[in-house]
Amino acid sequence: MSARVVSWLPKLLVYLVGIVLSLWVLAPLYVTTLAAFSSEEDVYKYPKELLPRDLSTETLSFFLNFAGMTDALWRSVFVALITLALSLAIGTPAGYAIARFSFRGSDTVRLSVVATRAFPIVILSIPLAVIFIRWGIDDTIQGVAIAHTALALPFVVLTTASVFANVPAELEEAAQTLGCSRASAFIRVALPLALPGLAASAIFVFIISWNEVFAASLLTLQNRTLPAEVLSLLEGAPLNFRFAGGFLLLAPSVIVILLIRRYLFTMWGRVVR
Amino acid sequence: MADVRFEAVRKTFGKVVAVDDVDLEVADGDFVVLLGPSGCGKTTLLRCLAGLEKVDNGRVLIGGRDATDLPPRRRRIAMVFQSYAVFPHLNVFKNIAFGLRMQKERKAVIRDRVESAAKLLHIEDLLDRYPSQISGGQRQRVAVARAIATKADVLLMDEPLSNLDALLRMEMRAELKALLQELGSTTIYVTHDQVEALSMGDRIAVMNAGRIVQLDGPLAVYDHPADTFVGGFVGSPPMNFLSAEIIRADGAGPVVNLSGGSFPADGAAADLAGRKLVLGIRAESIVVEQQPGDGLIEAKVIVVEPLGSHNLLTVQSGEDTLKVSTSPHLFPEPGSSVWLRLEPNRIRWMDPETGTAIDSPAVAPQTAVAR
Amino acid sequence: MATVAQPVTIGRRLRRWEGLPYALILPTVAYLGLFFAWPMVQAFGLAFRVDNEWTLGPFRTMVHDTNFRPALTFTLLLVVVIVPIQFVLALVMALIANSKLHGHGVFLAIFILPLAISDLAAGLVWQAILTERGYLNTFLTKVGILDHEYIWLDPTKPRNLVIAVVVAELWRSTAFVMVIFLAGLQGIPHEYTEAAEVFGAGFFQRVRQIILPMLKPAIQVALLFRIIFAFEAFAVVIAITGRAKTTLATEAWRWQAEYFDSHVAAAYSALILVLSLVSAGIVIWMFRTPKAQMMR
Repeated sequence: MSARVVSWLPKLLVYLVGIVLSLWVLAPLYVTTLAAFSSEEDVYKYPKELLPRDLSTETLSFFLNFAGMTDALWRSVFVALITLALSLAIGTPAGYAIARFSFRGSDTVRLSVVATRAFPIVILSIPLAVIFIRWGIDDTIQGVAIAHTALALPFVVLTTASVFANVPAELEEAAQTLGCSRASAFIRVALPLALPGLAASAIFVFIISWNEVFAASLLTLQNRTLPAEVLSLLEGAPLNFRFAGGFLLLAPSVIVILLIRRYLFTMWGRVVR
Repeated sequence: MADVRFEAVRKTFGKVVAVDDVDLEVADGDFVVLLGPSGCGKTTLLRCLAGLEKVDNGRVLIGGRDATDLPPRRRRIAMVFQSYAVFPHLNVFKNIAFGLRMQKERKAVIRDRVESAAKLLHIEDLLDRYPSQISGGQRQRVAVARAIATKADVLLMDEPLSNLDALLRMEMRAELKALLQELGSTTIYVTHDQVEALSMGDRIAVMNAGRIVQLDGPLAVYDHPADTFVGGFVGSPPMNFLSAEIIRADGAGPVVNLSGGSFPADGAAADLAGRKLVLGIRAESIVVEQQPGDGLIEAKVIVVEPLGSHNLLTVQSGEDTLKVSTSPHLFPEPGSSVWLRLEPNRIRWMDPETGTAIDSPAVAPQTAVAR
Repeated sequence: MATVAQPVTIGRRLRRWEGLPYALILPTVAYLGLFFAWPMVQAFGLAFRVDNEWTLGPFRTMVHDTNFRPALTFTLLLVVVIVPIQFVLALVMALIANSKLHGHGVFLAIFILPLAISDLAAGLVWQAILTERGYLNTFLTKVGILDHEYIWLDPTKPRNLVIAVVVAELWRSTAFVMVIFLAGLQGIPHEYTEAAEVFGAGFFQRVRQIILPMLKPAIQVALLFRIIFAFEAFAVVIAITGRAKTTLATEAWRWQAEYFDSHVAAAYSALILVLSLVSAGIVIWMFRTPKAQMMR
């Protein structure tokens, strides 16, 4: 869209709309952060302080010291890391295959992978819960990681395919004419150039696993991940618990977005600016 | 250095036959250009030689040994790609050194070869830079330096100049030709630009629809095209093709009838009397007269294009449209008439059904020409 | 480098492995087959078989449950309300972010922040804002619009709760749709809009005649994903409304985690799946582009 507007009024309007929308996005983030770092007093006060006055870690420590919260936090971290490693190890070769080779069935594979997104996590989690009980891995970190990997795998396959598609095949061919085997050309040429995009995918998988609540809360009872634990304690939870919980759940997500913004579009196929 | 031989090479992509039973011999040290329009199979043939495509049938021999099933790295070739394929994550030095590092050469040898290759391509100042920091023309030089540094047996080039702008392309053409002459490597060069082909190759293999139509030196391809395709593809402007008939007029000798007029046939043409033919003649082989005369064909001027060194006239003679070159000082009015003399020994006769030249001294593709 | 030619070795032809691509995708296919396709089949088994007998029992239980109709209507309501509003918002955001205005990069950076926020977190955030002694009331009181606390999240006023959930979901997930639109917009060569401008089209005309039609594939993709996600609405509802409102997904969860009846839970999830697939089919059918109109 070109902003070749002649008069300044339409431009002003656009800026206004943009600012209003930005405030709408930013205000809840600001408020949550503020609340999470308020003293216990301030949390229950009304009217609330809208500006940071006495910052304190009371609310956050209340949350973390709540029975089992830090354990849940670490469990979320482990599950996310396992999911990251597993889905990347399995999905990256598939993404490379789809990007480089036109083999019989590549379209079917790609379509099926996309189609898995159409199946709700809901319909996957329930039988998995039953199956895991039978296998004896219910209520474990591994179980949740397995479910999360199934969820993240299609995403990894599609984004790594896009990342590798952006690395011209001619570069690997040139390496082959210069003495590299197929594998060597991949390692020396394709991989270094794909690394930023792969790293961004990895981080996104971490977040997907970190955020996931439905399957996590169905597949665990004692060994809950952070979102599952928060969900189970939500009923009747005091305000400070909610504030702190909300903050801890969204802080990593927002920080990640701030950091990998540029690579998001490499994953999706376009570069911003 | 090595010779290259294609034996009955065939490559299909699904239903499309890209390379159709091609035989070609390239002698050691020869510079052969594969010339043709897009889709004619020239790049596919080159990639079959490189090992980047697997042939469906036939053999590829490099230096006398069968390379058909070998991966690219075992064929002792070097290749320059159309997009240069210079590695973005390595600097210029490491790019040029890449092939040598894969061969596990000693550091001193690598440095030597890289620097001499860079010097040959005039990029010795850029060794520290990264591809993103240099221009397209410089990247192209890096690609060439990288290829020659390995001292491979055969050098393959896939339209290396086509991504350069016109002026740069002309400069690089001469520079590249001088460089390759000095190196004396066996070179196979793909291009769709017939000017490039004519100026650079020892021999040109003109390809169309997966087959080699003519394999000859540049002059022979230009002067004696094997068929109407070659005549129309090589040379700018393309060769003029006119429907003609040679009839034996009583007493006066055989006459060539064109749609716009007639002129007496010379000795060679007389043998073809009684046939319908296609007359091929180049724009610069037609002389323009301002007055009618014997043996001249009348034509009406449609467009005059001044090209600096000469003028290009588009004229209409009967049902034929011709391109004619004349002196840069001749500016006939559009709509006026001129009279054309077709130089008899520059006329090429073609068969109207097949388009192939009659009595063409062009060499058939199967015969190897030693240098 | 050796320059001696090797003799032709007939028996030692290196065959380039044709099976490589299949080997590369095998782990993925195997994993998804085991941990996706098979559980899916099991889900249908759970929904239609109890104690090794084919039966519609779970479905009957589901349909006759008091929570069924509210869950179904609320879920459908969410889909129908959220999607259109979100698409307009996302389009506006994408247009602003993609424009040549000064600072459009800043807008983009801001709009994209909620992209990775989970629905649970969003629910908690908005609950904190909308709660009786929360930030919205604080703000409105300070500004003078309200003189006493308004109970936004009043369980007796279901409409309020619906609006709260809609707002929370809009806030969280519009970024996702915006990103898809943005990628689509960047795929439209600006020559098209420039040509339209030269031929006299004003801004809104350009949007309607040029941008929207060329955005069709992106809209289709966004619609597909967004509708499917809307049918799964779960944690945000619990966080904001507690037990006051329910969706198909929360019901499925309850039947599994609280009533320990996997069969009815599977029935609910099967219903969600069917609704998702039907919607997907409708979207694909609505957006079919005749081949002639596609520039390739």
